[in-house]
Amino acid sequence: MAVKLVVDNVSFSYGGIQALDGINIEVSRGEIVSLVGPNGAGKSTLLKCIDRILKPQCGVVYLDGKDTAKLNSRDISKSIGYIPQSTGGVFPFTIFDVVLMGRRPHLAWRVSPRDIMIVAQALRFLGIEEFGTRYFDELSGGEKQKVLMARALAQEPEILLLDEPTSNLDIRHQLEVMEIIRELVQEKQISAVMAMHDLNLASRFSERIVMLKDREVFSVGTPERVLNLENIRAAYGVEVRVISDHDGKPYVVPISPVNNKNQERLHVEAH
Amino acid sequence: MCIFVALAVVSITATTMGAASLSVGESLQAIVAKMLPGLQTTNFADIIVWQLRLPRILMAVLTGLSLGVAGAVMQGVLRNPLVSPYTLGLSAGAACGAGIAIALGISVLGAGRYFIVGNAFIFSLLTMFLVFAISRIRGTAIETLILAGVALSYLFSATISILKYVSDAEVLREIVFWLMGGLYTARWETVILLLPVITIITVLTMRYSWDLNVMSSGEEVATSLGVRVGRVRIIVLTLSALLTACVIAFTGIIGFIGLVSPHICRVILGNDHRFLIPASGLMGALILLISDTACRTLIQPTEIPVGIMTSFIGVPFFLYLLIRKRRRWWQ
Repeated sequence: MAVKLVVDNVSFSYGGIQALDGINIEVSRGEIVSLVGPNGAGKSTLLKCIDRILKPQCGVVYLDGKDTAKLNSRDISKSIGYIPQSTGGVFPFTIFDVVLMGRRPHLAWRVSPRDIMIVAQALRFLGIEEFGTRYFDELSGGEKQKVLMARALAQEPEILLLDEPTSNLDIRHQLEVMEIIRELVQEKQISAVMAMHDLNLASRFSERIVMLKDREVFSVGTPERVLNLENIRAAYGVEVRVISDHDGKPYVVPISPVNNKNQERLHVEAH
Repeated sequence: MCIFVALAVVSITATTMGAASLSVGESLQAIVAKMLPGLQTTNFADIIVWQLRLPRILMAVLTGLSLGVAGAVMQGVLRNPLVSPYTLGLSAGAACGAGIAIALGISVLGAGRYFIVGNAFIFSLLTMFLVFAISRIRGTAIETLILAGVALSYLFSATISILKYVSDAEVLREIVFWLMGGLYTARWETVILLLPVITIITVLTMRYSWDLNVMSSGEEVATSLGVRVGRVRIIVLTLSALLTACVIAFTGIIGFIGLVSPHICRVILGNDHRFLIPASGLMGALILLISDTACRTLIQPTEIPVGIMTSFIGVPFFLYLLIRKRRRWWQ
């Protein structure tokens, strides 16, 4: 598999507060990689650094071997689609217009028939073509998420970055969204990097998992390798049971937060 | 989408035609009325229409257009429905500049017309650069821009209050008149000066429609769609500040249009800046033209200050749309 994206020793800090520290990741073509880790571990920050929404203070992000710092913002936007946690603007647009904005990197002023066709295709792919004339703020959380994905799709990107694509969705929408992502990645042979809170969805739908802890990469590998008792306890501070699901993927059942006192006691007992 | 485009085009054409035919109709009616006592004095009507009416009508259109465009753009770029062209302190700055010029002008230089205009213009732009300079320290965040503008407005308003307080009756009267705004000073030379400037700036602004659309979904999304948010924001704000400063330096402060004309168009057309910006400009021109015409015809031979009229005509219309609207156009 060809390497598509390389994150090389990337560090970022928000005005003096370190958020990422020397991150190294590789993403191949046709691969889904999940970023997991507790709140504040740097998942969203890393996605934004990859898309140069945030400019890493040191380290380089390579896209097809090219340093993204040397590409202009329009070129990056033609290759990387970023899907935020669903947010609308102050002034609502129709769904069609929202998805059409995904064509912004490709068009100057005029909207060509080809642009319209691509938008229509994106809407159809997400199964939301009947929403075209409705307004973004009228939709439910799951529908909004699909619209944002359609916009990224209209961008015709080679890499999709998704920031918690399943948060705030019901279980049906969660599965629908994840299956759409998988379908997209396989059909168009693109790559996807997603920040995920739900370890079980991450386990089921991604080829590899990157676990972040305290601004650094804590563990990388297949879901089976990364999602084990020790890693989850260390990263999240949670006692879990890990069951092997029917498809061999680990299934994580959270039990209780690790109590610091308990840990001390365990330490004492171990001695 | 096609229907939407067609609707937009028709609405825009309708708005222009409304403005144009109205001005032609009104002026024709005025010509007839003026000519009735002595039909042979066509020369007189000619002077009335060409020297007094037309420059004033054109000035109303230009001013309304500028304020409407600037309002739509500033609301879009600052992502705030309460913003008007005056939010960044432009009006207070202009008023302060004019106030100083009036106070100094009458006592020192004599009432120099362009002295007042120039001073208002310079102070207005000065305010904008101050706002930019302040917000620059914090990386041009939207809130900082707005708050810095509001804060400076208060500072300038206080300065005007001092000027009013220390001025004698004649100066005070002139300052108050300037603050109320009006188109009675309209002349051909002003129109000829402003027409190309305003046209160019409006066209330049409209080139950023796509960027404004994308920016309305948030800075991060806009950045990921290849828009250089900080740069576009500064350029677009500068353009609309120029637009505002150009006209209010001549007319004084005409409120309400810049705030409401974009909202009226949002209800009619939606929020796509490709259509919203020109429509808002035309709507502004339409409202100001109707208001100003009412101002000079309702109580003859005196005039009502146009700011009063814009509010009396515009507010009921706006409230009607607000109550009738089917959905929320801003959040």
